[in-house]
Amino acid sequence: MPTASTAAAMKTASVPPQKTAKASAPISATFTKAELQHWHKTMLEMRRFEEKAAALYQQKAIQGFCHLYIGQEAVAAGLKAISHAGDDFITSYRCHALALVCGLSMLEVMGELTGRVVGISKGKGGSMHMFEPSKGFWGGHGIVAAQVPLGAGISFARKYEAEVLNQPNTRVCFTLIGDGAMNAGQVFETFNMAALWKLPTVFVIENNQYGMGTSVPRAAAGELYKRGECFGIPGEKVDGMDFLAVAEAAKRAADWCRAGKGPYLLEMDTYRYRGHSMSDPAKYRTRDDVENVREGRDPIARLQRLLMEQHGVVESYFEEVDEAVKAVVNECAEAALAAPQPSEAELWTDVYPHA
Amino acid sequence: MPQQSVREAIRDAMSEEMRADKRVFLIGEEVADYQGAYKCSQGMVQEFGDKRVIDTPIAELGFTGIAVGAGMAGLRPIVEYMTWNFALLATDHILNSAAKTLYMSGGKVGCPIVFRGLNGVAAHVAAQHSQDFANWYMNIPGLKVVAPSNAADAKGLLKAAIRDDAPVVVLEHEVLYGHMGEVPEGDYITPIGKAHVAKQGTDVSIFAYSMMTVKALAAAEELAKQGISAEVVDLRSLRPLDVDAIKASVQKTHRAVVLEETWAAAGVGAEIIATISDHAWDELDAPVLRLSQLPVPLPYAANLETKCVPQVEDIVREVAALVGGQR
Repeated sequence: MPTASTAAAMKTASVPPQKTAKASAPISATFTKAELQHWHKTMLEMRRFEEKAAALYQQKAIQGFCHLYIGQEAVAAGLKAISHAGDDFITSYRCHALALVCGLSMLEVMGELTGRVVGISKGKGGSMHMFEPSKGFWGGHGIVAAQVPLGAGISFARKYEAEVLNQPNTRVCFTLIGDGAMNAGQVFETFNMAALWKLPTVFVIENNQYGMGTSVPRAAAGELYKRGECFGIPGEKVDGMDFLAVAEAAKRAADWCRAGKGPYLLEMDTYRYRGHSMSDPAKYRTRDDVENVREGRDPIARLQRLLMEQHGVVESYFEEVDEAVKAVVNECAEAALAAPQPSEAELWTDVYPHA
Repeated sequence: MPQQSVREAIRDAMSEEMRADKRVFLIGEEVADYQGAYKCSQGMVQEFGDKRVIDTPIAELGFTGIAVGAGMAGLRPIVEYMTWNFALLATDHILNSAAKTLYMSGGKVGCPIVFRGLNGVAAHVAAQHSQDFANWYMNIPGLKVVAPSNAADAKGLLKAAIRDDAPVVVLEHEVLYGHMGEVPEGDYITPIGKAHVAKQGTDVSIFAYSMMTVKALAAAEELAKQGISAEVVDLRSLRPLDVDAIKASVQKTHRAVVLEETWAAAGVGAEIIATISDHAWDELDAPVLRLSQLPVPLPYAANLETKCVPQVEDIVREVAALVGGQR
């Protein structure tokens, strides 16, 4: 049964699937109190983790590129919450939170950010390049839009496994796309082939309003969620700051893909509180712009409110959770910084596979 | 041994590997219903069906990315480019996605994939459809690059490439597709990374690959008539390069010539010359000679096109001058 809040969320996410390819009726994604508490804590972990990363960046313990996800947590959490075991995820360089939600440990991610041997890529990938295929996490890709055909390719492999290799499966690949990437040619090439070949890919646009410093209306003609329309790919705009709305829409999209109907497109209306990367002072918007979103739409505060109002969770619970999360994050940062850098021998490994 | 054309050898290599391993599939423009733009996949869609021989739209970047994603996820794609000229659009996925991800992931995500198609100077199709990209790809750590000159190696190297867990660039040649040659019967591979002494000689070593090996062999026959014994080393593999074979041949003949269809600047020849400098400098009796495409876009007109690329008579003349001490 949808909760009152879910129903409200559905209203904000009320842009209907396109008429050209009507999706099936919404299937409610419902969560118990314990599950909601879990996802609240998960989003808080993403945020505190990245706040710590920002602090370490300022101390030069993390260098180079570092693109933070702060503000967008409901998207990663909502997708993971309705995913099945065996589903695949792939994203751009803004990848730390998705890595965590896919099951990478904080130390594996922080170790990579700090260039340590305990990093998931042994310190050879850095902020933008983390992978753990055994957990369905396929990166972490540094070239804008490259992950789009790669994600469709993972779906191609799953369909091939079912049809040619006799390995029946209903695995979908959640392929996350920044709003800036939506203007790259390979996205359209991929939509065309994904539709032609009915690939089970949920394309998830994370519209955080700015591609680096260029606002979406200055870069994109028309609505992003309609960009699959001419290929017959259904598209929906969703309140990406609402965990429940994300989960609802993602479940609907994933069910569509699992039923063999081809790809599905979701546009998550979200917001990043920080700059494009750590080196971006974000002068293309005002401090008030960010504060207004933070106060009115913050995904973590929103789920906290829902837990308090509908499940009777008390304020002190959240304070305790936050303290506990901060402690874990601090421990993880200390462990990462205490870990050795990769040995020089690592310079020469992994260029080619073992014979 | 039975005679086969290079294009038949390529088809047999792909078909044999697809019979042996169901994870192997062929994807590209016109590979299925049309039977290949150059008929390299003749009959394959009839045997393997359209789930394994897959026609794509004209979208090199997109279909290369999809193939690389499928390779990362456990399949073994063969990507056919109608020509390597069109693969320029796909270089981001060849370099950044296929070649680098194993390293960037600390060994967690590899991509066993073959990128193949025709490369080099074709006949009368002008500059945008006629370029040798060998030096571009042999520059990239993470890739392997092969460029066969005959039917036996076209089959053996392609089978090796398909079985290799690394991404392999296979540079074929349009003019060679119809060339006939002896092909061993049964299952065999030509190991990647091993050059082949195509003709033994004592006076000068000619290093070549792909079409230039064919020209080198013809030139060596002419040179023999002049009393010059030229050794022809078919490099076959450009990355990794068979340094030992290059060194051994220079140690034997003390003179070296490099042939390439690409331009000289930062080319294959430049790399071979540096290799000789590093490993066999003391063995040289003369400077290393390199014959390359003239540094202009390849023209259409037949007379200009011929002039632009080293021909057999150019090779004979220049090698004879080198051996005669006139250079």
